[in-house]
Amino acid sequence: MQLAVNIVVLAATYALIACGYVLIYRVSRVLNLAHGELMMVGAYLLVTVASASALPPLLAVGLAAALSLGVGVLVHLFLMRRLTGQPALAAVLTTIGLGILLRGLVVLLWSAEQQHPAQSLGLANPPITLFGGGRISTLSLALVLTTGAVYGGLFAFLRFSRWGIRMRAAGQNPLLAAQRGINLNGIYAVAWGLSTFTGSVAGILIALDSGLDTTMATIGLKAFPVALVGGLDSLLGSLLGALIVATAEVVLIQYVDPLLSDVVPFLILMAVLLARPWGLFGSREELDRV
Amino acid sequence: MSEAARRPLLRTALLAAAGLVLLLLPLATTPLLLDLGCQVLLACIGALSLMLLTGFAGQVSLGHAGLLAAGAFTVGILVKEATAPFWVTLPAAAIAGALLGLLFGLPSLRLRALYLAVSSLALHFIVIYLGGEYETLRGLSTGIMVDPPRLFGHELYGGRAWYILLLVVAMAVLLACRNLVRSRTGRAWAAIRAHETVAAALGIAVARHKLLAFVISSAFTALAGGLFAYYRGFVSIEAFSLYLSIQYVAMIIIGGMGSLGGAILGALFVTLFPYGIEAALSTLPHADRYAGAMFASNYAAFGLVMIFFLVFEPQGLIGLWRRWRPASAKAGRP
Repeated sequence: MQLAVNIVVLAATYALIACGYVLIYRVSRVLNLAHGELMMVGAYLLVTVASASALPPLLAVGLAAALSLGVGVLVHLFLMRRLTGQPALAAVLTTIGLGILLRGLVVLLWSAEQQHPAQSLGLANPPITLFGGGRISTLSLALVLTTGAVYGGLFAFLRFSRWGIRMRAAGQNPLLAAQRGINLNGIYAVAWGLSTFTGSVAGILIALDSGLDTTMATIGLKAFPVALVGGLDSLLGSLLGALIVATAEVVLIQYVDPLLSDVVPFLILMAVLLARPWGLFGSREELDRV
Repeated sequence: MSEAARRPLLRTALLAAAGLVLLLLPLATTPLLLDLGCQVLLACIGALSLMLLTGFAGQVSLGHAGLLAAGAFTVGILVKEATAPFWVTLPAAAIAGALLGLLFGLPSLRLRALYLAVSSLALHFIVIYLGGEYETLRGLSTGIMVDPPRLFGHELYGGRAWYILLLVVAMAVLLACRNLVRSRTGRAWAAIRAHETVAAALGIAVARHKLLAFVISSAFTALAGGLFAYYRGFVSIEAFSLYLSIQYVAMIIIGGMGSLGGAILGALFVTLFPYGIEAALSTLPHADRYAGAMFASNYAAFGLVMIFFLVFEPQGLIGLWRRWRPASAKAGRP
């Protein structure tokens, strides 16, 4: 039972992070390898908000997440917009550069020491015993519920809202979308903002649950195979990919070797790349377009 | 003498002079500078081999550190388990690299650009995991010590000897790369980089040449890794992080894609960059206050430089040179 709880929590974490990769890739065909760092920045914003104001925890979390949305938009406006028209790989390498820059900046601005935003917010994190005897911390439960809410919200947003439909159109065919009067730069900015927002929510919840230092970016990188396993342009895929990777990881760590933790997502990634490079739910034509 | 006839002469003279300066350098410098020189030369070998793969054959790799690690671990394990001599371990490292290159190259037959980069990233983590597993199994949790190699009965020790050795190897690798690029194989790579389908239509065996690029590049890389292991006298997976792979990619971007000279410039730039930042920071007022932030500042500045080159100067340092060199030199070349 405890194993199942662990799997669900890890899967929810991966899924919440992975949807950020999918959002940006689906709309602009850019693989954002700075996602882990951006999510870390979101968590550090909470540290600042918590220490600078006496807001109640929920408001502080909301403010930090809203700020991170702004960070995402700024990244697009000041950096990614300049790379329009360049090869996809240049954009990926630029996000790698951005990630390195952010890691350095985070240490410069917030120091490398471990932070505990939950303590400074006065947030308790008591374990809850579930019906099968499994235990889950309150914040992990919050993470699982948030993931559900975020995915529900994203599905509804992309399916029904005006901006969501524009985003899908821009992803399917940027040229036609632009001809129909869709502001591509605006769409991309929204995608970057949303992606950073969801990533930061994940980062904030993880930081509240287990503290925060610069290793958080590594968690972000581990979630990236999840997005690719499911298919880089499919939200449903990343949900399923998260479940697969989390199950494999938890079971293998439990029964084989704890050192495997860092490598399992990449082993699965390798298998998927060899057998079905476009992922479980991705569209096949992606491969030729890149 | 006509312009065309004078150029090769001038070039040869310049190259000879540069070679002489490089050879005589160790006589006139401090150990610190010699160590820097050795680091640059090691980086040159790695950057040249990555340039061969990415800049000429057009195959992207984010797993360069994994290959360096493979070479270093081959040397480390052979020295540790079999006390094998220099003459055995380095070729073994190159062979291990070549085999691994075959493995790294296999996905390239199906995957392109982004997905290929991702698969090499995955392989990097797998290689590092295997190295870590070896360290734990043998109880060498901190790393493997490697004794200095013996060459012609002499122990190879100290910056000067290493500098000469690395200089010779780097020159040999440069020469090999230059000849490869100008050979039939090199032209096949250029065609594949330009357009795979067209290359195949022209009768080029695309799959074979792609794998060949991976094998050759990886063998050189692993050789550099093996030399690194001897030079440092110590092997540990800590030294081969993803950041190292990124640094090598940055070298060929900053240097300039598709140019061997660019690889060397990039290796020079990226290796010396942290020392430059350190020197710049120490001239600031209250330098001691920033001492703790040195590592982070380095990191941030490196990211900034990488972004700068990608956004504003995609042709790299070589591109800058081509644009700014004297007009007379420009006129002399097509």
